[in-house]
Amino acid sequence: MASIKRGLPRLAAATVLAALLAAPTHAQTSGKTIKFVPQSDLRVLDPIWTTAYITRNYGYMVYDTLFALDEHLHPQPQMVGSYKVSDDKLTYTFTLRDHLKFTDGMPVRSADCIASLERWMKRDALGQAMALAVGEMKATDDRTFSIVLKKPFPLLLDAIGKLSSNVPFIMPERIAKTDANTQITDPTGSGPFKFLKDEWVPGSKAVFVKNPDYVPRSEPPSWAAGGKVVKVDRVEWDVIPDSATAAAALNAGEVDWWEQFPPDLVPMLRRNQDVVVADTDPLGSVGVARFNSLLPPFNNVKMRQALLYILDQTDIMTSVAGDPENWKACYSVYTCGTPMASDAGAAPLMGKRDPAKAKALIKEAGYNGERIVLMTATDQPSINAQANVIADEMRAVGLNVDLQAMDWGTLVNRRASKAPLDKGGWNMFFTWFGGADMLNPSLNFPLNANGEKGWFGWASDDKLVALRAQWMEASDFATQKKIAAEMQEEAFTSVPYIPTGQFVMPTAFRKNLKGVVPAPVVFLWNVSKE
Amino acid sequence: MAAISADIVVRAPRTRWLRETIRRHPTVVAGSLILLAMVVMAVFAPYLGTVDPIAVAPVKRLRFPSELYWFGTDAYGRDVYSRTLYGARVSLQVGLGVAFFATVFGLAIGLVTGFVRLADALLMRVMDGLMSVPPVLLAIALMALTKASLGNVIIAITISEVPRVARLVRGVVLSLREQPFVEAARAAGTSLLRTLWRHILPNTIAPVLVQATYICASAMITEAVLSFIGAGTPPQIPSWGNIMAEGRLYFEIRPYLIIFPGLFLSATVLAVNLVGDGLRDALDPRLARRM
Amino acid sequence: MFAYLVRRLLATIPVMGVVALFVFSLLYIAPGDPAAVIAGDFATPEQIAAIHKKLGLDEPFLVRFGHWLWAVLHGDLGISIFTNLPVTQLIGQRVEPTLALTLTTLVVTIVFAVPLGVIAAWKAGTWVDRLVMIVAVAGFSLPAFVLAYLLILAFSIKLDLLPVQGYVSFRDGFLPFIEHLILPSITLGLVYGALIARFTRASMLEVLSQDYIRTAQAKGLANDQVLLRHALKNAAVPIATVIGIGVALLISGVIVTETVFAIPGIGRLTVDAILRRDYPIIQGVVLLFSAAYVLVNLLVDVSYTLLDPRVRY
Repeated sequence: MASIKRGLPRLAAATVLAALLAAPTHAQTSGKTIKFVPQSDLRVLDPIWTTAYITRNYGYMVYDTLFALDEHLHPQPQMVGSYKVSDDKLTYTFTLRDHLKFTDGMPVRSADCIASLERWMKRDALGQAMALAVGEMKATDDRTFSIVLKKPFPLLLDAIGKLSSNVPFIMPERIAKTDANTQITDPTGSGPFKFLKDEWVPGSKAVFVKNPDYVPRSEPPSWAAGGKVVKVDRVEWDVIPDSATAAAALNAGEVDWWEQFPPDLVPMLRRNQDVVVADTDPLGSVGVARFNSLLPPFNNVKMRQALLYILDQTDIMTSVAGDPENWKACYSVYTCGTPMASDAGAAPLMGKRDPAKAKALIKEAGYNGERIVLMTATDQPSINAQANVIADEMRAVGLNVDLQAMDWGTLVNRRASKAPLDKGGWNMFFTWFGGADMLNPSLNFPLNANGEKGWFGWASDDKLVALRAQWMEASDFATQKKIAAEMQEEAFTSVPYIPTGQFVMPTAFRKNLKGVVPAPVVFLWNVSKE
Repeated sequence: MAAISADIVVRAPRTRWLRETIRRHPTVVAGSLILLAMVVMAVFAPYLGTVDPIAVAPVKRLRFPSELYWFGTDAYGRDVYSRTLYGARVSLQVGLGVAFFATVFGLAIGLVTGFVRLADALLMRVMDGLMSVPPVLLAIALMALTKASLGNVIIAITISEVPRVARLVRGVVLSLREQPFVEAARAAGTSLLRTLWRHILPNTIAPVLVQATYICASAMITEAVLSFIGAGTPPQIPSWGNIMAEGRLYFEIRPYLIIFPGLFLSATVLAVNLVGDGLRDALDPRLARRM
Repeated sequence: MFAYLVRRLLATIPVMGVVALFVFSLLYIAPGDPAAVIAGDFATPEQIAAIHKKLGLDEPFLVRFGHWLWAVLHGDLGISIFTNLPVTQLIGQRVEPTLALTLTTLVVTIVFAVPLGVIAAWKAGTWVDRLVMIVAVAGFSLPAFVLAYLLILAFSIKLDLLPVQGYVSFRDGFLPFIEHLILPSITLGLVYGALIARFTRASMLEVLSQDYIRTAQAKGLANDQVLLRHALKNAAVPIATVIGIGVALLISGVIVTETVFAIPGIGRLTVDAILRRDYPIIQGVVLLFSAAYVLVNLLVDVSYTLLDPRVRY
């Protein structure tokens, strides 16, 4: 109500003034503001607490990272100016760059970095693996600190330079000391942008301004690495829940950039001379059909295997992404087009679809028409499309499918339930991951089959767990590759989940935006508006 | 020839009556015909050249209307013509279901509150409270509590419509209660139930019937709105609201996904409204002038 | 007059009480455990139990209702489950666009619909009357979102005359403010206008058939004078009533209209909250809209004294 109280006395004056100053056309936006339509609504301000991509992207705006992944998948120093690795590879010493400063005016100190990493290691899966290897983290002085390992951890730089959720962002020590299970709400960071919390309207708008104190690196940008030079004064994230409206708004120039949209709209947006449609994400996204391995019938491995023979990536991906230029089949548990990917063990999923074989397996499993609950999120087109097609393919081999529709928020709550079906439980749900999250065994968490402690669905496969540990200790590429292939063969035998294909979520922006950084995560630095 | 002309002679008054009705109430006749067509369509949907309305076929998705797919196909390759025809079933079920249940419960509450003071004080407070929540808002708040199903949609919309019927009936009852014929019946020892049944109920039928048609119309719109914002009929059921909700993403490139179901919905609602107006004119000339 | 006002105000208390009870029950019987939602994906049962205790979720129904009501009366509508922000703040941020949209629609619709109804009544039985009534019935029959898309398609995309979406505060320019409200107002106002036009016509017809109007005409008063001075004045009370009752249509319409046009108002907050089952927000919004509705109808009641000199309290 405060806004009315403030607004009313000003109404008369404002109306007169406004009438005099009124802009003649509706399609105007001020010169140095980018109006950006994000993929979803920013609701949580703690990128360590949640893995939501929107919060991760927010994190890249307001925070900086010690290391960052470049386009060759190599972690490069970002906040770190120089670093040393001891010969035994057990001590890493980092020195921070000059002039790093938080938006509250305090300099970035070693203590901030250590506290931030500690909090991150409690939440993130790779961080937890790293925690097992870390002996201590100690500050030498305000700008130098070292990580001393108990045992070798070849992935250390990959971990602290992790590209996707959860990203080890560096926060002030006072904030990073917050319990890892409690959400932080203070947006103080040292990143290229500053978040204006007062102007934040959850569900509608989030506003960032350029952080004048940020000193970018001198290298050109490459994914999250390199110089993060901000070339506009202000970035507004405007949530437009209705895709049809968002498309029209971009066409009319009311917004500058639409982060992600249903691929079906590509031809329409391409027709507009002032709009650039681009695939800036080289890794794309990967669809996932996940089983609840605790409940019948999918606690029986034969039932899970049966689905390998009927899921048709071509049908699924056509519904998810339309035109074949937007998707490809990907019969690997690792992002296709990256080093670990292969088709080892993928024969059941790859070949001609074989309903007879599936029916035989279903029969062997002793399935007897029990209800199978599939959960779908109708507000997420790429999830809903997977669910609808797969449900249909399952019905075709005689499975009694109960496709339950809800929104993603509800699904996220419900998938945490291990209860039986009549108490709100579930058998399958569908989702997708950014390709950056599926690069290798250390990142892919549906593959991490560590039972009830693990990701929703609670697949349990000791062999996969053991192989994953081996992979993380492997120090050369050939060994990594070999173990990764072994894991994939195992994954297509015990079937913790089924990959449903790889697709790109195109992005579109007005032609006057220049310098968009191609990367698996959307970054707003280096972009200018002409 | 003779036989035929004899036939015409016999039929003549009836045709005249028909012609007269059409001339005097063209809108009512049009409404009834549309409604009849919709009912026929809903009942005989499987025999009208339709295919399985929920079978997906991604290969033939988003096809424009053609000889093969009269209304085109949607994002999953489902036949929009079949879905639209089957959609009539959902809309009519919701419309008629809500109209029926809202009328029954509204009548019961209205009759009781009109005669029993204690119930009046209590129930009408509840009704006033419910009535101060705008109907669509009330329905979506109720839908937020339960899982999406056709039955729940009907229940939620019914609850939001009952207070209005109750209030209408109560008004009629209050005005009748003091009428000589009712007082006489009571004085003669007729039981309360019997009085309600014999004397009060028949007098409420006309206004309630008119009200019921309007409820039927608005319930169909409300179902579409609920489905549209994602709090209505479960998406795998092809209701007109759902077809439009799924099609809205494509409204610039595939406007038919909104236009066909939208057209059918509007036509049905319009038809019900027209019939309602006609009923009102026929049953209650005074009410006719008031509305 | 004053005594009447007080009496009417007091009469709204039980009504709002019922609404409050209903709204509270929403949260009480809502499926799912708010504590589990607040605690997040990786919470232990102990953490959930602690939150349970902190929120007082283990108390009996009436005790919880008491606590909740007490808080509401002090302007505290609780904390949103998904954003962790106070519901009052979330609603406060969004009052302006909704108020701007509904007030504009209200005024514009009345300005158009009442005269249309009067004209239809005056020309009862002619093609003018028929046309107005057909448009009015059609207005009832077209779902708001279908109309919205047709309007966007025609005026924003094909003709490029008006903005597609969004809201611009009047503080940022009056013309853009109005431009952004035109299509949403038409969308929102159609049903409401249809209702008012129909009802105005009916009330006017009723009044026009009364003896004193015939007398006035017989006395030789000009038709427009009769129409305005006598008939409309007498029809004003029922028209005002339906304007008040019809506000329910506006509120329902706001929910859809704001979603389609991406207007950051309370209607969109409602849809988001419903889809995410964010019950504290749903509660706050239902309570607020109901209060607004009751208040509008209270104002309408009070306005009778101004509209009709015969009404005295």
